[in-house]
Amino acid sequence: METALIGPANASVLGIPMVIFSLLIPIVGAAVFAYIIARRLAPLVKAAPDNRFNRWPERIFQVLKIWFVQYRQPRYMVAGVLHIVIFFGFLTLSIQSSSLVVIGIFDGFVFPGLGGVLGHIYNFIKDYAATAVLIACIIAAYRRGILKPERYAVPEKYGHDHTAEAVFVLGLISLLMVSESAFEATLMAAQHQKGLAGEFVAPLTLVWLWKLVFNHTSIEKLQAIHVMSFYIHDLTFFFFLCFLPMGKHFHVITSIFNVLFMRLDRGNVKPVRYGVEDDKLDDLESFGVKKMEDFTWKHILDFYTCADCGRCSDQCPANAVGRPLSPRFISIKGRDKIFKNYPLRGDFLPSQPLIGDIYEEDEIWSCTTCGACEQECPLGIEYIDKIVDLRRGMVDEGMVPQSLQKPLGALEKRGNPWGKMEKKRAEWTKELPEDISVKVLNGKESAETLYFVDSITSYDDRMQDIGRATIKILNAAGIDFGILGPAEKDSGHEVLRFGEEMLFQDLKEHNTEAILESGVSKIVTADPHAYNALKNDYKDLPPVEHISQIILKSINSGAITLKKVEDDTKTYTYHDPCYLGRHNSLYNDPRKVLDAIPGLRRVEMIKCRDRSFCCGGGGLMLFYEPEEEQRMGVLRVEMAKEAGADIMVTACPFCLVNIEDAIKVAGMEGKMEAIDLAELVERHIVK
Amino acid sequence: MEILVCVKRVPDTAENEIEVRKDGTDIVRDDLVYSVNEWDNYAVEEAIQIVEKVGGSVTVVTVGDEDSEEVLRREMAMGADNGVLLSDPAFVGSDGKAIAGILKAEIEKGNYNLIFTGAQADDGAGQVGGMLAAMMDVPYASLVNHIEVLDDKKLKVGREIEGGNQEMHEIDLPCVLSIQTGINEPRYVGIRGIRKVASVEIPVHGASDIGIAADAVGAGGAKVKLVDYFMPELGEGAEMLEGSTEEIVDKLIELLKAKGGLK
Repeated sequence: METALIGPANASVLGIPMVIFSLLIPIVGAAVFAYIIARRLAPLVKAAPDNRFNRWPERIFQVLKIWFVQYRQPRYMVAGVLHIVIFFGFLTLSIQSSSLVVIGIFDGFVFPGLGGVLGHIYNFIKDYAATAVLIACIIAAYRRGILKPERYAVPEKYGHDHTAEAVFVLGLISLLMVSESAFEATLMAAQHQKGLAGEFVAPLTLVWLWKLVFNHTSIEKLQAIHVMSFYIHDLTFFFFLCFLPMGKHFHVITSIFNVLFMRLDRGNVKPVRYGVEDDKLDDLESFGVKKMEDFTWKHILDFYTCADCGRCSDQCPANAVGRPLSPRFISIKGRDKIFKNYPLRGDFLPSQPLIGDIYEEDEIWSCTTCGACEQECPLGIEYIDKIVDLRRGMVDEGMVPQSLQKPLGALEKRGNPWGKMEKKRAEWTKELPEDISVKVLNGKESAETLYFVDSITSYDDRMQDIGRATIKILNAAGIDFGILGPAEKDSGHEVLRFGEEMLFQDLKEHNTEAILESGVSKIVTADPHAYNALKNDYKDLPPVEHISQIILKSINSGAITLKKVEDDTKTYTYHDPCYLGRHNSLYNDPRKVLDAIPGLRRVEMIKCRDRSFCCGGGGLMLFYEPEEEQRMGVLRVEMAKEAGADIMVTACPFCLVNIEDAIKVAGMEGKMEAIDLAELVERHIVK
Repeated sequence: MEILVCVKRVPDTAENEIEVRKDGTDIVRDDLVYSVNEWDNYAVEEAIQIVEKVGGSVTVVTVGDEDSEEVLRREMAMGADNGVLLSDPAFVGSDGKAIAGILKAEIEKGNYNLIFTGAQADDGAGQVGGMLAAMMDVPYASLVNHIEVLDDKKLKVGREIEGGNQEMHEIDLPCVLSIQTGINEPRYVGIRGIRKVASVEIPVHGASDIGIAADAVGAGGAKVKLVDYFMPELGEGAEMLEGSTEEIVDKLIELLKAKGGLK
């Protein structure tokens, strides 16, 4: 094609051939970028091992779903859509930007395959993409700079505001779009003026707009703007590339890797150290994360990848009640520390303990491990394993709050956090009606199914009602079951998550042996924490089910029939326990059970299913005395009220404790009621 | 600073249901779980913190049977450097004075400049610390809830006195201090910590090792004898306030004012 303007590869200014710059800019840019990345990789190399080079089909699927399709972005609609526009704009324009770099050296370069029709189609699409990106950037800058959504605010204790960086980068992106289109439009205007054939101008795009501006500009000026805009684009492009690893925009580079290596399982906790079996734990010199390099390389990659979008903290119940924890700043503080300890120039700094430096003890104890942050993160950043690892480190150093030392001691000695007598673990069954007998599977009796009760249901007066309701349901459903009685110990679900690994190992070994010796082929529990522990933390046990699954199956098979709802003036709502919902994806069964009670009116709270709001936490969290302005349970009860419910149904004894307490704290006694799913169902069974 | 901390293994009151035996000679000891006496745990933590600041070592010592070794290990897992178990059939049934005598005999074998005991034990009479100081003829401060090392001759100690008030003393070393809970926040000892010290050798010293005449201690030598154990009669039940929250609060304030609790 004959061209009306001289391309940058052949142009010269003041006798200097511009191709020198076309070569120099990419070479210097790429070298600087490679150097920065090499420095950034150093902490990953020094970090603890991780086990992520596996399960490739699942990993690639996550990349397609979460990275490429941006599946999690629209959960925040405005920001999500803006991000999707910019993301796809970037992907589309990456071809154009790369070919421009080459065009600076070889005039008229086109990528193989883009020479013909495909090239015209591409040009058409990329012009709209660039225009859309520019518009999205302007809206995004308006949001960040003027509207300032609350979740981007940086509380004083966490350092400086990040708005300037955000707006600066939006400016860079806009500059890329504007210069690229000016480069194209100048050529088109010149072609047009000289009556030569030009690329089709996509209407209403940036190029189209520029061309209107340039239509009557002289060829000399067009020539100057043409070359200038090329180098503005070239410089901005490589500056931007090298600027990315300096802050939150590092995610532009790291996100695809972070999502590729993201956690694939839920409900589990990482081992103390990958590659070390449970029975070799005693040989480890140190436990958990104490300094930065104790994190795994994936966790450091998480720090690099955090885009500071604030969604995790926006969903975090601990943050919502004013506990000193904001997951976003777990990442940001981690990243800033790495940048400081691993500077781009000079020696790396010696590593210091993280607790007392960037993290506080109470911050790390504040997490209920509800998983709302991980569910939300559009980049696959994980928090629970980091929190657990930090706790393991604190436990190893003896840094455990007094409020938790007592229950941990009691768990060690008595197998339950209250220090109640082992022999009284099955006392609660004595209050069952005489016609219901409960087998204690101590070697003399056997059963097909084990009902694993766990500590709170065994010892807490109120929660024992859940145990008795569960037994009545199992009995009505004709299931051959038994309990372990005094041979059962706490499942240790929170013991593991509070970092007392070796105590958890002891509890796990004890229970595993007791369960295997009982000879059962199935396990059922009404406690989601026990359910999750047996299913995801223990190994080689018979299959485990939650009572809601058994109830639904029994209703479907006709083994139990439910009668009309006792009080049809009431409205019910279902509160998803974290360890049933988010961690084990059991959202529908409990709802179907509720809907199987004829005449029951059910509404959903604003936060439900995978966005359910934690009640305040279970297990050892009941003993921890956090600094907080408000109780999580109170916020949850208020959500139920807003939804128009007067009965909150849950399926977890810890949720019930917290919600019943919250109803009292909120002064809503008589107006709001809480009940366990098992209790509600048991009351409606047709006998 | 060479610090010796006297510790004791006691039934854990938080994790047991204490019942008295029908014959009144003891509590029912089946199904009991034991732990280190709470006050002693604070004393060990304080000793470790002092040594972390000024150097030296912490030794924990207990008088008891072979089961008492577990509390020594727990305190060593916490950070105590050495443990000594004082155990002899002759020690069984010793009264407080005899225990103080046994401890004194062991202490004199070493070179300690600071001795801690707990202010009291869950199952004790709060007497050993004072008697030990008197027998050793060194100064004593009880119910200590603050310690500052001034130099290698002097400490500044705080004591809790009536009504939550505080008094401060300077005390010469060597001395005996009985430590009150709340002086610090004892660190957690996990299973892992205990396993790490599981194979550390703990010396056992009997009566002859420390030069104690067997007939001066134990049940035979006791000048104080346990006569009876019983549960106190239940008094009248508590008064339950009834009514709405506001009414209950009003009544409570009225009662507190009437009894002088509020001014």
